[in-house]
Amino acid sequence: MSKNSADTVIVRSGMTKIRWTLIQMKKYKVAYMMVAPFFILFFLFTVIPVVLSLLLSFTTFNLLEWPDFVFMDNYIRLFLDDEIFLIAIKNTLVFAVVTGPASYLISLFFAWFINELRPKIRAFVTLLFYAPSISGSVYLIWTVAFSSDQYGFANAWFMKLGIINKPVLWFQNEKYILPLIIVVALWTSLGTSFLTLIAGFQVVDRTLYEAGAVDGIKNRWQELWFITLPTMRPQLMLSAILAITASFGFGGIITALVGFPSPNYCAWTMMHHLEDYGGMRFEMGYASAIATILFLMMISCNLLVTKMLRKVGT
Amino acid sequence: MSIKSLNIFKRKQPKEQFQRSINRTVKGDIGIYIILALFGTLMVIPLVYAIGQSLKPLEEFWVFPPRLIPVNPTLKNFKDLFRRMGDSWVPFSRYIFNTVLISTVGTAGNVLFSSYAAYAISKIPFPGRGPLFKMIVYSLMFSSTVTGITMFIIMKNFGWIDTYLAVIVPAFCTTFGLYLMKQFMETSVTDAVLESARIEGASENKIFWKIAMPMVKPAWITLIIFAFKDLWNTGANMYIYSEQLKSFNYAISQLVTAGISLTGVSAAATVVMMIVPIVVFVITQSNIIQTMSTSGMKD
Repeated sequence: MSKNSADTVIVRSGMTKIRWTLIQMKKYKVAYMMVAPFFILFFLFTVIPVVLSLLLSFTTFNLLEWPDFVFMDNYIRLFLDDEIFLIAIKNTLVFAVVTGPASYLISLFFAWFINELRPKIRAFVTLLFYAPSISGSVYLIWTVAFSSDQYGFANAWFMKLGIINKPVLWFQNEKYILPLIIVVALWTSLGTSFLTLIAGFQVVDRTLYEAGAVDGIKNRWQELWFITLPTMRPQLMLSAILAITASFGFGGIITALVGFPSPNYCAWTMMHHLEDYGGMRFEMGYASAIATILFLMMISCNLLVTKMLRKVGT
Repeated sequence: MSIKSLNIFKRKQPKEQFQRSINRTVKGDIGIYIILALFGTLMVIPLVYAIGQSLKPLEEFWVFPPRLIPVNPTLKNFKDLFRRMGDSWVPFSRYIFNTVLISTVGTAGNVLFSSYAAYAISKIPFPGRGPLFKMIVYSLMFSSTVTGITMFIIMKNFGWIDTYLAVIVPAFCTTFGLYLMKQFMETSVTDAVLESARIEGASENKIFWKIAMPMVKPAWITLIIFAFKDLWNTGANMYIYSEQLKSFNYAISQLVTAGISLTGVSAAATVVMMIVPIVVFVITQSNIIQTMSTSGMKD
């Protein structure tokens, strides 16, 4: 912190690190007052819940009785005794693995394409792609479009074109639920991470392209890979984190589209399992174990992907 | 990742002028236009369908095959929606009041708390700011679903269950808000200006209000939009039981799921809910893009 001015370096010599820190803390007292309101709430509503959830996951807490410490029992029960949880883990991973990378790549390519447009048209096309993710519960229109009678948009047109001959129960049939939900999830997934990429493309210095052309870059693909992506790596990383975190959180949309629980648990995710045990059965210890596993999954996915992205263009 | 490679963000970008770039072929451009037109249409069809449904007169719902856009558009569904709102047990004005209250107070607190913290972290070299910011970055890596259970327990102990506080106060500390503000302040507020203000004896609080905040206007406009959008879209909340405290979005979604007889009315309700965030985004788009351009993760 003191590298910029010579006199502070002199003062610092002959002082222990702790003492130095204390002096600095006193000097910047006002800074602590400025961060205090936010970080008190942050600890209260983010840090403590995460830690508490980890601790509770080793107990039998149920809001009524004093919790017993059961060590790994909740986790053992989850993996060995709870078939629905295994379905939930499988579905969560399928969603995350499909929608996460897919929405990220879609965002990236559309942001790239949109960047080639003239500014006015660019603003309009950005809105077209971004609108589904900000329009509240507009995704419910999919239940109308894919409703089970012959007046549903999909059924009617597929019947008229002779692809099917009687109405299909789209949101009740296990065969269609998963792909349909993935389509709806992707449709709503061009959100903040997409905007981050749109902005990222715009800050790339244009002179870099000219320099690249001199150095033998021949087409737009090479330009993207060798110049654009390495330059906007910070945006790539943030966008990936937002996309991954979102891909674990489509539970709300699933409940709205196919109900709770979904037919034969075919779209049952860890979020639903969590809601079931925490919000309805009040087995808080067990639910905390689910939350802890979900937490570890999200964090490790994000760390893995950001680690990979650091290698882009190097 | 080195800090040096990022000084590109520090340079003021010249007002962008569109010009035919190097390495572009006409064939490639046409390909891009076709792909964008195709997928743009696919993206927008459900939205058009929702608007179409909301304008359809009753008899057109039973036309086979169904139409995307009504032949005789009518505003009857919207009139029905507002009539139905007037008839509901809890008056709709109450739901609207709830949503407006939650959105404005929550957004105001969020912007204030985040900006203060972001200013201190990005512009005052106090010990501990590194670890604090690191925690924020990690907290972007998981969603609030994870903390739902324990939040409920905390809320219960505070006695906040079934009060506005349970919705509003947690909205004050969205980590993404702090993250955006901090990244933008770091690149847009120049240290030299702050230094000279400090030498003249201005307090940090004064510098924050008079110098830093005006310089980061796009950032707090963006934060207002994001925070407001999230709170506006607040639906059923697990901490709120009383009907009188529930949000407009919740009440609307009750109408949407009320069944096939309501298809027109529920589509009208959906359209009402989606118009507000879209209009707000259109007005503020350039601010948002400018803010997001500094939002990258540069660890």
